[in-house]
Amino acid sequence: MIIEHLGLSSISGSLVVLDNVLNASFEEMVELRLEDGSKRIGRIVQIDGQRVVIQVFEGTKGLSLVNTKTVLTGEPMKIALSREILGRIFNGVGTPIDGLGNIYPTARRNVNGSPINPVSREYPRNFIQTGISSIDCLTTLIRGQKLPIFSGSGMKHNELAVQIVRQAKIAGATDENFAVVFAAMGVKHDVADYFKRSFEEAGVLERVVMFLNLSDDPIIERIITPRCALTAAEYLAFTHNMHILVVMTDMTSYAEACREFSSSKGEIPGRKGYPGYLYSDLASLYERAGMIKGCSGSVTQLPILTMPNDDITHPVPDLTGYITEGQIVLDRQLDGVGVYPPVGILPSLSRLMKDGIGEGFTREDHSPLANQLFASYAKVQDARALASVIGEEELSAVDKKYIEFGKLFENRFLSQSPTESRSIEQTLDLGWELLSTLPKEELDRVDEKLLEQYYKPTNA
Amino acid sequence: MANKNVIYGINGPVVTVKNSTDFSMQEMVYVGNQKLIGEVIGIEEDTTTIQVYEETTGLSPRQPVISTKSPLSLTLGPGILTNIFDGIERPLRDIEKTSGAFMEKGSDIPALDLSKEWDVTVTAKVGDQLTGGSIYASCPETASIVHYIMVPPTLSGTVTFAADNGKYKVNDKILELTDQNGTVHPLTLCQRWPIRTPRPIANRLECTIPLITGQRVIDTMLPIAKGGTAAIPGGFGTGKTMTQHQLAKWCDADIIIYVGCGERGNEMTQVLDEFGDLIDPRTGKKLTDRTVLIANTSNMPVAAREASIYTGITLAEYYRDMGYDVAMMADSTSRWAEALREISGRLEEMPAEEGFPAYLPSRLSEFYERAGRVDTLCGKTGSVTVIGAVSPQGADFSEPVTQNTKRFTRCFWALDKSLAYARHYPAINWISSYSEYDIDLQRYFDENVDPNFMKCRSELIAILREENALMEIVKLIGEDVLPDDQKLVIEIARVIRVGFLQQNAYHKEDTYVPLKKQYKMMEIILYLYNIGKQLVTSGVPISKLVDKGLFDMLVKIKYEIENDHLEKFDQIKEQIDHAVTEIKSI
Repeated sequence: MIIEHLGLSSISGSLVVLDNVLNASFEEMVELRLEDGSKRIGRIVQIDGQRVVIQVFEGTKGLSLVNTKTVLTGEPMKIALSREILGRIFNGVGTPIDGLGNIYPTARRNVNGSPINPVSREYPRNFIQTGISSIDCLTTLIRGQKLPIFSGSGMKHNELAVQIVRQAKIAGATDENFAVVFAAMGVKHDVADYFKRSFEEAGVLERVVMFLNLSDDPIIERIITPRCALTAAEYLAFTHNMHILVVMTDMTSYAEACREFSSSKGEIPGRKGYPGYLYSDLASLYERAGMIKGCSGSVTQLPILTMPNDDITHPVPDLTGYITEGQIVLDRQLDGVGVYPPVGILPSLSRLMKDGIGEGFTREDHSPLANQLFASYAKVQDARALASVIGEEELSAVDKKYIEFGKLFENRFLSQSPTESRSIEQTLDLGWELLSTLPKEELDRVDEKLLEQYYKPTNA
Repeated sequence: MANKNVIYGINGPVVTVKNSTDFSMQEMVYVGNQKLIGEVIGIEEDTTTIQVYEETTGLSPRQPVISTKSPLSLTLGPGILTNIFDGIERPLRDIEKTSGAFMEKGSDIPALDLSKEWDVTVTAKVGDQLTGGSIYASCPETASIVHYIMVPPTLSGTVTFAADNGKYKVNDKILELTDQNGTVHPLTLCQRWPIRTPRPIANRLECTIPLITGQRVIDTMLPIAKGGTAAIPGGFGTGKTMTQHQLAKWCDADIIIYVGCGERGNEMTQVLDEFGDLIDPRTGKKLTDRTVLIANTSNMPVAAREASIYTGITLAEYYRDMGYDVAMMADSTSRWAEALREISGRLEEMPAEEGFPAYLPSRLSEFYERAGRVDTLCGKTGSVTVIGAVSPQGADFSEPVTQNTKRFTRCFWALDKSLAYARHYPAINWISSYSEYDIDLQRYFDENVDPNFMKCRSELIAILREENALMEIVKLIGEDVLPDDQKLVIEIARVIRVGFLQQNAYHKEDTYVPLKKQYKMMEIILYLYNIGKQLVTSGVPISKLVDKGLFDMLVKIKYEIENDHLEKFDQIKEQIDHAVTEIKSI
């Protein structure tokens, strides 16, 4: 028996309130039918006795207290899934918008997912070669990792993400079992088109599932978008044993949608007006990356977020950094001098890299080399700071070497063309070549044996 | 008659019940048709508020709420060690067996393996007078730990039945205790204890024995005592978790309780993987044999995250009562504070600083005060050491959780972003960190390591502080213009920073360093410093000393001298002497 509730009790922002509802359950989906025959969907977000608060995904524009009929569907939000979703484009709540008709589902999954039991997780150890020196050598991406790109408006994060998607080589993955899930949250039409075009040019479009919530789409849908995308990713990875790379952009827009929604519910705000549960909320997305024992598929996340005012202590990058396994931080200054990709390596980090590199994965010298590059580049910063006070001329001989090393490092190691894919051996050899311009005593993070093998000042 | 208590309202993890007088504060309840576990956190005239430890999706009004008449409690008995639990002591391995890789709701699985038989030795006899906390039986729990079975702290009486030695399951009757009123209490291998109540002790002791961790910056510079408390604050990527892992691996406690509170799932998997392969250097047994993991990852329900800290400390106290030294690592207490804030927000309480509830400091102090070195009720000595990681928002140490934690802990190991950026690990900043235990521990170091230990330590600290001041000048005008005696300070401080404070967790010799070697390293560094000072005063340019490569040699001794070949320090000393004679002879 389906009960239709006539009318609404109140409307405020994207929330509507309905009274005298008997059989509501928490987070259940509802359908609102308008007089003109159109339908909207919503979700129950609070229950007080017979009074329920519903969040309407497409917004409340045109709703009045008398012109709607509301039907409870009896189940939480689910999306239809099958292998056929590959190559398809959906809106933010998982409805196809590419004009190719509905999906014939082989499974229907709750978009909220369930936490993976830590006991069932497989610890990620497999290196993904992206062909980008700064990432491969210094912030290595590991299969099953969640590694966000911290960027700012106007920097080349989209180009970087596309390059990673195009060049990523997962050991053991063939084209057959590799796919990309792309979730756009509040991005501009141009950006969505850019990604679509780039995927097309790279010839991977039929292996991409896109969920698009653009900047002029309703914000409430935006809260569901990453959940739909991750549900699709988990389905492909753990049911069809595929390796999935999930690109989510822009997490800042997502968090802002959460803030807007939270304030319309009248919740007590935390820092900068974001809801107090933003950490848990973001974690419920990011933690859906990983690998499971006894299953050959994997979900690797590459979320992109723009730091408002390039501030890494802003709540969104801050909370993200506490959840994800490292971060790739783009640097405005490097971007300004034309270094692409402008990866600021000092604040960047990959937490899983230590167990996925070295002998058997990349090369035995990878970890000491990376450490040495970090340490030496940190000294470059000190030398530059000193030079800005006393002038480069006055620097000691060693400091001058560092300044020189810094320039080489930025122009040759960090910098590469958007179409250039370097193998890990090329990257590591290049690293040694640059380190060889420094005096041997300065290299205190590598042992003698490696120095003998790789330190070749004559080549520098 | 049907249960009349039903759900009225639902808001996230908070559920309300109207017009009921059946509930008491902090009582555990079962919520809804799926029997989700919840706890009563507020009672008003007409509304009872319950926080639910699982996802509330799908709950409906008018589903039943069942009272259990007891507070949220843990089952304590053999089988805890080597296990991995969620925030309310549900065994994750058993949950995996029933519900697969993705966790389902409402799993009601006993905490301990009920079918396993333990090899029990019963030590109490019929007619014995037993008081709360006394030991009446024991069984080997793992290869390295014996589990003592104790009378629950609230009971005492005369033994009227004692089972024979033999194999028993957790719920088998071992003993009957008749109290003064004549009531007979059957005792098994396990007991229950509410998580929010500290277990009673006989009396507290002074903390005079260090918890030896093998980490130089901690043991030497910022020592912690057994029974002490420490906070590790640091922004993301500064190595909190890494430091906690190192401590859990190498510290000389008998039992390790590792609480992953709202942290990454992969990290817990890593602990599971790594600890399974590692050997405890003291017992030669597997490291997992002394470890309990509590994993409540960031995507698991928030209310259980709030409980996980208490679950951890209650388990720690239970093993302390048997006379063990227990170390509890909580990673991270900020997530726990945020869980408090989230629930407080749902209750629409008046927020204090940054939205945190006003009772945050009192909750934090209640928690840290459960640490300590004590005489237990059974007459043994045990301790609980608490090491809590703090994740300050925006790496800003002035935020409420860091500041309040600072007030209630006696060690403060501040992790520094710029050290971490330069890959100096452990990135503990030696200037802004402190330990209040150094005086309490002086006697131990004097007697067990070397009478000069504390003197060397203060000299090292003095050099580092001087370097810190000099660096202000160097930043402005460069190092070249400094006089030679100050250059020497900078050089030797570099040796201390890179050769002593920096420690490589992945190096076979360097990952754990015994106190003796730490002392020898300090001694040799200061030896070179004093010789350098003499040379400089006699007018020898510092560059001559640097050119001999002595400083670089000392930086590498941490790798080159094995932990069990301390006699090699004498050779180093000879090399220094030799070089100095050469310099003087020119």
